[in-house]
Amino acid sequence: MPVEVILPKVDMDMATGQISRWFVAEGASVKQGDVLFEIETDKAAMEIDAPASGILRNITGKERVDIPVGQAVAWIYAEGEAAGASPVAPPAGETPAKPAEVTAALPIASQDKDEASVPQNRSESDSGGVRATPLARRLAREAGLDLTSVSGTGPHGRVVKADVEAAIAGGGAKPAAPAAAAPSAGSAAPAVKPMSDDAVLKLFEEGSYELLPHDNMRKTIARRLVEAKSTIPHFYLTIDCELDALLALRKQLNDAAPVRKTEKGEVPAYKLSVNDMIIKAMAMALVEVPDANASWTESAMVKHKHADVGVAVSIPGGLITPIVRRAEEKSLSAISNEMKDLASRARTRKLKPEEYQGGTTAVSNLGMFGIKDFAAVINPPHATILAVGAGEERAVVKNGEIRIATVMSVTLSTDHRAVDGALGAELIGAFKRLIENPMAMLV
Amino acid sequence: MDTAVRELSYAQAIQEAMALAMEADERVFLMGEDIGVYGGAFQVTGDLVERFGTDRVMDTPISELGGAGVAVGAAVTGMRPIFEFQFSDFATLGMEQIVNQAAKMRFMLGGEVSVPLVMRFPAGSGTGAAAQHSQSLEAWLGHVPGLKVIQPATPHDAKGLLLAAIADPDPVMIFEHKLLYKMKGPVPEGHYTVPIGKAEIRREGRDLTIVATSIMVHKALEAAETLSGEGMDIEVIDLRSIRPIDRETVIESVKKTSKLLCVYEAVKTLGIGAEVSAMIAESEAFDYLDAPIVRLGGAEMPIPYNPDLEKATVPQVPDIVSAARDLVKGVR
Repeated sequence: MPVEVILPKVDMDMATGQISRWFVAEGASVKQGDVLFEIETDKAAMEIDAPASGILRNITGKERVDIPVGQAVAWIYAEGEAAGASPVAPPAGETPAKPAEVTAALPIASQDKDEASVPQNRSESDSGGVRATPLARRLAREAGLDLTSVSGTGPHGRVVKADVEAAIAGGGAKPAAPAAAAPSAGSAAPAVKPMSDDAVLKLFEEGSYELLPHDNMRKTIARRLVEAKSTIPHFYLTIDCELDALLALRKQLNDAAPVRKTEKGEVPAYKLSVNDMIIKAMAMALVEVPDANASWTESAMVKHKHADVGVAVSIPGGLITPIVRRAEEKSLSAISNEMKDLASRARTRKLKPEEYQGGTTAVSNLGMFGIKDFAAVINPPHATILAVGAGEERAVVKNGEIRIATVMSVTLSTDHRAVDGALGAELIGAFKRLIENPMAMLV
Repeated sequence: MDTAVRELSYAQAIQEAMALAMEADERVFLMGEDIGVYGGAFQVTGDLVERFGTDRVMDTPISELGGAGVAVGAAVTGMRPIFEFQFSDFATLGMEQIVNQAAKMRFMLGGEVSVPLVMRFPAGSGTGAAAQHSQSLEAWLGHVPGLKVIQPATPHDAKGLLLAAIADPDPVMIFEHKLLYKMKGPVPEGHYTVPIGKAEIRREGRDLTIVATSIMVHKALEAAETLSGEGMDIEVIDLRSIRPIDRETVIESVKKTSKLLCVYEAVKTLGIGAEVSAMIAESEAFDYLDAPIVRLGGAEMPIPYNPDLEKATVPQVPDIVSAARDLVKGVR
C-alpha cells in the first residue's frame, strides 16, 4: 500500500502552503528521511523529508500553488509495488487507508502549545482548512474577519460563535478580503475596507504596469502590518544618543578578540557591530524597566521575565525578524555570533518558526542607509520597537560650548495599551544611558 | 367563552372528543377491534357503546385490512368514521387501504372525492408488549402525501387535535403513545380544536432547541428542567404534527438558539429526526447553527420484551440530559 506524502503543518497558523520546489522527480527511488521538497511558509522555507522509503509517484502537489495543509502531494510506493502500473494514477482502491498516521517528518517543533494544531489527524485540515460552524462562518463573514486567524475552542478545534465573538472583541484577528455580504447590525464595527483591486487598477492605463502575484511572505507582511497599525495605539518617543564611547569600546573589544583557527584560516572569535550592542542595550534596558517588558492581551498584561529581542533583517522580497532570546543574559560576543547566524539563515529563508515567532521587543536599524530618524511599526505581541537611525557627527552644545560628537537618534514606538508615556520615556532613557556608558554592558 | 377546565386523562380526553363529535354529527361513528362491549384494549372508547349503541360503536372482526377498507368506503360515501387500530403495529395490515386508497383517492379522482377518515393508532413501547406491539411507525405514514399524521402529547391536544381531525376533509392518522393514556392534564369542556400542522413551544429557552414528539416531549421537558438547575436555558418544541410539519416554528427557534437536538422514540435512522435535521440544513437556519445537529432516537433493533432492555432501546431522560448538556457546553 502506498504511503501518502502530505503537505505538513510547519507553522502554527498555517492553513495553506506552497511547495517552492521538488528535489525528487516522479518515479525516483527515495529513502526515508531524504529531502523530498521545500515548503515556503509565510516567512521561511522548510525542507520536508520522505516519510517512507520506496518509489515516489503520482506527484500531485504542484510548485508555487497554494495547497491546503494535510493534502496529499505525492505517494511513495514500495519497491515493486507499482511495477507494471501506470506511473501517473495510483491503482484504484489503493488510496491509503490510514492517512492520519502518515505525516511527513517535521523538521521543527511547533511553538503552539496546542498539539491539536499539528496535523496528526488529517480530517482537521479537510474542507478548506478551517473547521467552523455555519454560525461562526456567517458572523466572521459579516464582521469581515478571516476565520483562519481565529483559533477554535470547540470539539476538534472547531471555531464556534464564541471564538468569533472573542476575536471581534479582541480585535486580534486579521481582516478578511472584502466580503460581499453587507455588515449586519452585529457587535463588530465593520472593518474599514481598502480600495478594491479593480478600483486601484482602473486608475492606471492598461499595459502601463505588470501584475506580480504576492508570495506568502508579502501577504503575511501586509496582513501583520495592517493588523498592527489598526489595532495597536502607537505613540513615539525620540531621543539622541552619543555614540563615541560605544564606538571606542567596540574598537577596543574587536581589537582584543582572540583568534580562532578554522578551515578558512585564522578568524577573530567575534566581530561586534554597533547593532549587536544596541540589542544588548535594549535587553538590559528592559530588565531595568521591567514594566515595559510586556505584551497586551484583553484579559491581562503579560509581563515577560526575559528580554527576547527581535531584530529586523531585510531579505530579498521582504523582511523577517529573528529573535535573540534572553539577550540580557548573553554576552556581546554571543549576541553577535548568534545574529550573524540568524541573519544569514534568514536571507536563505531557512529560519525555523520558533526563531522568528514571539519575542518581547524588536530593533529595526536603518542607519546603514543614512536614515536619520524614523518610526517603526510594532510587531505584535511586542509592546515596543526601537527604530535606530544613523550614527553621524553632529554639533552638540554642552555647558555653553559647541563640540562635535557622533550622535544616533532612536525612536521608540510604544503600544499605549501596555506602556504609557512616562514608562516609555524611562525605558528609552535607560537605553540611552547604556549606549552612552557602554562599559555597563560588559558586567 | 367561559369554559371550565378540568383534569382529564389523555384517554378520557379522546373519549370526550369522540362523544362530542358523535353528539354533534350523526355521520361520525367508531370502528375497531374490541372497542364496544370491552371498551377498547386501552379503554379509550370505554362505555361509549352504551351511550351511542352498536351501530355507531362497531366491533370489527380481526382483520385490519377489512376494517380499514370499510372505513375508507364509509368516508368516501359521506360518513365520518373513526377507526381504531388495536396496536399501531397492525397498521402494516391496513397499509393497502391507508396508503393506496385513502391517501390517493382525492388526487386520482380529480378532487371530486375526499376521504374524511380518522385512524387512531395506540403506539410506542414501555408496556412490555414486545416487538410486534411496541413500534412507532408514524414516519412510515408521514412519508405518504395525501395523509395527515399527528402525535398529540397532552390530554388537551389529544382532544383538540382529534376534533380537528374529525372536521378535516382528508384522512388523518393519529399516533397516541400508550404510556400517555393515563397521563392527566387540563382539558377544557366543550368543543375546541388544535390546528393540525402547528407545533407548540412547550418551554422557551435560548441555549438549545429540542424538537420532540409524543411522549418524548415530556422526557425533554424533564431534562430541560434538570438542566435549568445547571444554568442552561433550553427550548422544547412539541412538533405535534409530522405531516404537514411546522417548518417555521422550528426554523425560528433554531435561529434563536443555534443548536438542535431531535428526540423521538421511533428508530433513529430515516425517522422524523432526519427530516427535521434536513429541514434545518436546507433552511436559512443553517447559517445560525453553532454545533452539529444531534438526534436521539430508538435503537436500530426491534423492541425487546425484557423490561430493562425495552427501556434501554428508546431515549430516556438521562440520555436527553447528557446530549443536551454536551450541546450547550459545546463539547460535541
